[in-house]
Amino acid sequence: MSEQSPITVEIKGISKQFVLRHTRSIKEALIWFLKGRKGDLSAKFHALRDVSMEIRQGETVALLGFNGSGKSTLLKHISGVMTPDEGTVRTRGRVAGLIEVGAGFHPDLSGRDNVYLNAAILGMSEAQIKERFDSIVEFAEIGEFIDTEVRFYSSGMYLRLAFSVAVHSDPEVFLVDEILAVGDEPFQKKCLDKIQELVDAGQTLVVVSHDLDLVQRVCSRGILLEHGRVVKDGPSHEVVEFLRARTK
Amino acid sequence: MTSLADTPLVRPGIGQGLKDVFRRRYLLKLLVRKEIKLRYRGSVLGVLWSYVKPAIQFVVFYIAMGVFLGLNRDVGNYAVYLFSGIVLINFFTEALNNAAKSIVYNSGLIKKIFLPRELFPVASVFVSAAHFFPQLVVLLVGCFLTGWRPTPLGLAAGFAGFLVLAMLSVGLGLFFSSVNVYFRDSENFVEMMLMVATWVSPVMYQWHMVHERLGDFWFGVYQANPVTVAVELFHYAFWSTTAGGDAALAAPPQLFELWLPVALVVSAAVLALGQFTFRKLEIKFAQEL
Ligand SMILES: Nc1ncnc2c1ncn2[C@@H]1O[C@H](COP(=O)(O)OP(=O)(O)O)[C@@H](O)[C@H]1O
Ligand SMILES: [Mg+2]
Repeated sequence: MSEQSPITVEIKGISKQFVLRHTRSIKEALIWFLKGRKGDLSAKFHALRDVSMEIRQGETVALLGFNGSGKSTLLKHISGVMTPDEGTVRTRGRVAGLIEVGAGFHPDLSGRDNVYLNAAILGMSEAQIKERFDSIVEFAEIGEFIDTEVRFYSSGMYLRLAFSVAVHSDPEVFLVDEILAVGDEPFQKKCLDKIQELVDAGQTLVVVSHDLDLVQRVCSRGILLEHGRVVKDGPSHEVVEFLRARTK
Repeated sequence: MTSLADTPLVRPGIGQGLKDVFRRRYLLKLLVRKEIKLRYRGSVLGVLWSYVKPAIQFVVFYIAMGVFLGLNRDVGNYAVYLFSGIVLINFFTEALNNAAKSIVYNSGLIKKIFLPRELFPVASVFVSAAHFFPQLVVLLVGCFLTGWRPTPLGLAAGFAGFLVLAMLSVGLGLFFSSVNVYFRDSENFVEMMLMVATWVSPVMYQWHMVHERLGDFWFGVYQANPVTVAVELFHYAFWSTTAGGDAALAAPPQLFELWLPVALVVSAAVLALGQFTFRKLEIKFAQEL
């Protein structure tokens, strides 16, 4: 993680405004237009404001902040789900991860079908999926339930399978949004070990988590967001301390 | 690890439109397969249903329209005439209806994971093509039972008709699915448009009736609709050799020399417009859904 490691995520002065649209029909928009565009058809607010950061290969970064501070929005900009109004985001290599547990899982399909579909969604090729399939199932500890429809899974099984697929997609930049705290203790430990293994192999990790102890354990760097701005960026234990002091 | 330094920094979320769909064709295949699987889930007869339903429809047409209503007197082998147009319109209707809803329907995924969003409307058209296949089989059985003879030009016409509508469906699907994110009214608009489509094309009646009433100029306008040309191509392909004395009226003049190229150009233009609109609007899909 030296200065020489290549930059994997480069964010330069991005801002994002959201429109709180009040209408979804042509009729209402037309009436508003005919009335001379008066009033607020839409109110705007900044979810991200002039955010900049550079993340290098092998870094483990935690995004911290209260609800609504813009953490998920920032992750979505890194993954490409959203694009900024101003500024630029650039990434190197494949970016993937878990923004939400089971996005892309279909309850009426078997675990097997879901693994294939989800892995392809995360950008794996057919050959890669075939090669890693057994390992995915084994890591998730799903066993013979792999051919059962996913709607019969317990929430733990669901989470394990989703996490296992994501972690096996082996991206250069791995994004995780508030899911590490969901599983039971042994599985959480297993996930953290796996993440550590990937980081040691040169993967970049960006996580959002409310579990401050876990953050200090897993991440070396912390970035604190407040109302869409970066207010602190430094070693994770310092940022966590800062945040704790602030909460009091 | 040195290899990563050699890959360039790129802006995420900027795709290449339909080119990306081709690049991610394995995912496209899985998405199509998923929809087909879900459709037949929990049904005993499963796929058989998609043969039984059109077969019954064909028999009803044959008896009720051809024999009882006596439409066979005006249009030889009316059942095949009607059915060949209807299966094509069925394909178009299903493809466009589902494509128009596809982005909103898949919002859960689009909001969370980046992938080429064009995949969804395109997958809808592929799924409809898969549902079209059994209807085509029923049509062919009906054709053979009524003395159909396949010709190379006829088969080419059938293929061209299908291609025109597939292109049109993808183009309109891209357009309406992206507009639908902002204005949910567009779903209803599409349904209305599709209702009209059956009647502004010679599905129930014959093209020369339109020509007689409208004259050359307005008939030209009527023919500029790719759906009309596609239906006429299907009549040429599947009905003309079974029609007896009416065969001469199977296709309007210059169907291949003029109207097919016009239909291809119009469909391609709609496809380009659909792609253009989609790319303009997709940038904000994740926040608007
Ligand atoms: N698509 C959207 N449209 C409008 N507002 C949004 C949208 N997504 C998020 N927001 C708002 O943006 C702010 C930041 O949200 P988010 O990034 O999810 O915060 P966090 O993950 O830090 O809790 C919140 O106020 C949220 O309500
Ligand atoms: Mg969040």
